[in-house]
Amino acid sequence: MADEGRVGISTDAAPQALRPDIASGRRRLPLAWLGTVPFFAYAIAFLFVPAGAVLLGAFQDKNDNPTLANVRLLFNHPYIDAYKTSFEISIVTALIGGIVGLFIAYAAIREGTPAWVRSILTTFSGVAANFGGIPLAFAFIASLGPLGIVTVFLKNQLHFDLYGQNFAIYSKLGVEITYMYFQLPLMILVIAPAIDGLRKEWREAASNLGAKQWQFWRYVGLPVLMPSILGAMILLFGNAFAAYATAYSLSSGSVNIVPILIGAYYSGNVLDNPHLAQAMAFGMFAVLALMMLIYIPLQRRAARWAK
Amino acid sequence: MGYLELQNLHRDFGTVKALNGINISLGEGEFLSLLGPSGCGKTTALRLVAGFDRPNQGRIIVDGKDVTAVAPNKRDMGMVFQAYSLFPNMTARQNVEFGLKIRGKSKGDRAKPVDELLELVGLSHAVDRYPHQLSGGMQQRVALARALAIQPRVLLLDEPLSALDAKVRVQLREEIRRIQLELGITTLYVTHDQEEALAVSDHVAVMYGGVIEQMGTPSEMYTAPATPFVAEFIGTMNRLDATVVDGGTGEVEHAGMRLRVDAAQGRRNGERVLVLIRPESLELEAATNGGAPNSFVGEVLTQTFLGPVTRVKVTGSGTNLIADMSTARAAALPVGARVSAKIPSEGAKLISLPDDGPGLPVLDPDDH
Repeated sequence: MADEGRVGISTDAAPQALRPDIASGRRRLPLAWLGTVPFFAYAIAFLFVPAGAVLLGAFQDKNDNPTLANVRLLFNHPYIDAYKTSFEISIVTALIGGIVGLFIAYAAIREGTPAWVRSILTTFSGVAANFGGIPLAFAFIASLGPLGIVTVFLKNQLHFDLYGQNFAIYSKLGVEITYMYFQLPLMILVIAPAIDGLRKEWREAASNLGAKQWQFWRYVGLPVLMPSILGAMILLFGNAFAAYATAYSLSSGSVNIVPILIGAYYSGNVLDNPHLAQAMAFGMFAVLALMMLIYIPLQRRAARWAK
Repeated sequence: MGYLELQNLHRDFGTVKALNGINISLGEGEFLSLLGPSGCGKTTALRLVAGFDRPNQGRIIVDGKDVTAVAPNKRDMGMVFQAYSLFPNMTARQNVEFGLKIRGKSKGDRAKPVDELLELVGLSHAVDRYPHQLSGGMQQRVALARALAIQPRVLLLDEPLSALDAKVRVQLREEIRRIQLELGITTLYVTHDQEEALAVSDHVAVMYGGVIEQMGTPSEMYTAPATPFVAEFIGTMNRLDATVVDGGTGEVEHAGMRLRVDAAQGRRNGERVLVLIRPESLELEAATNGGAPNSFVGEVLTQTFLGPVTRVKVTGSGTNLIADMSTARAAALPVGARVSAKIPSEGAKLISLPDDGPGLPVLDPDDH
């Protein structure tokens, strides 16, 4: 009997302690969801409503009548060129940032690398991945601009004229190089947990079964990492595709990318056509959606073993 | 010369001597278990044999060839890890055929041996499942089949059952032994579970502090432990710190009580010894007056039901003894009963202790 009593206490008492409503015998409406209200209010006000307005505005003319003219215009010069440039910058920085970032992250995490290397790299990456806009543009102008310290050093000390090689920090290549400053660290931050997940036993088992280092990566390491790599690269693509302030500060609008063009049409200093700007933003949604359409089946195939 | 030889192996990690000169010689087709508590060096030894680590000193010989400096992928050794070693992106079949694929075998050449091995480990029905779709026991079966697929010269098993539940452990260890005997493969098995080691091995080497304390057949290890540590580690043992008082008749004194132990005959009078008695060798009965000769009289402190037998703990005069007896007989000796525990003079073993040496070794209970 004594044992039965103890069992009764252990199973019934705990929920009562956590749920006073059970103890009192009254059922109350759960109120825990109230904690999420600020988040959803914020998201609705600053994400969903503006996004809805953009989508709606893309299909309206100046008098708010429905039209497809804005979207049709996107396929003409200079808008289609802006998409091309944006796409090229994004794909180049996503691919190079993704591949180089993967190697850097692996080098820092692999067995044998001192722990402090990873610690420093992770801290730096956390800062650098969020560094952008005017400060980043200024940093690159100060280092790789026509009178930047690196440019001057190369010219004076190594007799290498960077600007004599068709390079300019205000060019598309300059924007790509500058973007790498946040793309690389972002890749390192995103891929590091996935690399951590590669078990030592897999490498040892592969080696024990006769595999060389490259065979381990070919058959085990890369296939296991592939879903994470694809996901990280999509993130990098989106990160570059939507970047505005860095490119604008760096090139003063001379590099024709979609966000700068949208800004020009919205600001109304020279051009003023908010509905066209909204159509261009809609076009950006479409490009990202297209990328997702390519990504999802690839990711599904790469991760079929995890389902 | 044995098929697998570990000669004077040393491995240091900084100031820690993980292995301090171990020597093992194992015949072809034999099964040796390295048994010991955590940190005793058994896994280090196995990793040296696999080639994942290099010894500071010593040699590893397989079939007469020195493989100490050979890379792990060229040693032709199959290894089963503790857990989670299956490649997660491959099915059971792909895992098993991995080693053959690396060796350049065509798909056609791989199919038959892989099917046979999967059948051998009882997984013909699960060949297309990914590791996360298999239970822990099934995963270890696949790992075993994968290790065997390359027809290794030596099979290495690093606590392969430690992550499994008790019932599966017993079932799988029997299967490992069956397969090992069927294939006649030389096997080195690392475990901290003495029951497991005794159940499956031809030989057991008990390790402690980077050295081999004793190596022998399971029966030898159980019945004739050579050191206090082995006596403590293998099975349950009653240990009485005693002094030889008459080496002629084999009398020893423990806690003011004289006992006859055949193994003490011929010992030097005054020699400090450890009398070892297995719980199943003790005979318990209700005490009448002063008890029978060669008996220890005390009181039943606890009873632990173990199914067919009950473990009875008896205490008195500062000494604790454990006796295993049939559950039916133990019912007649309830907690608090005064009992007499007869020390079998012929069944007790003796180990010499240094006259001024340390007391009995005490092990961490978690290591058992």
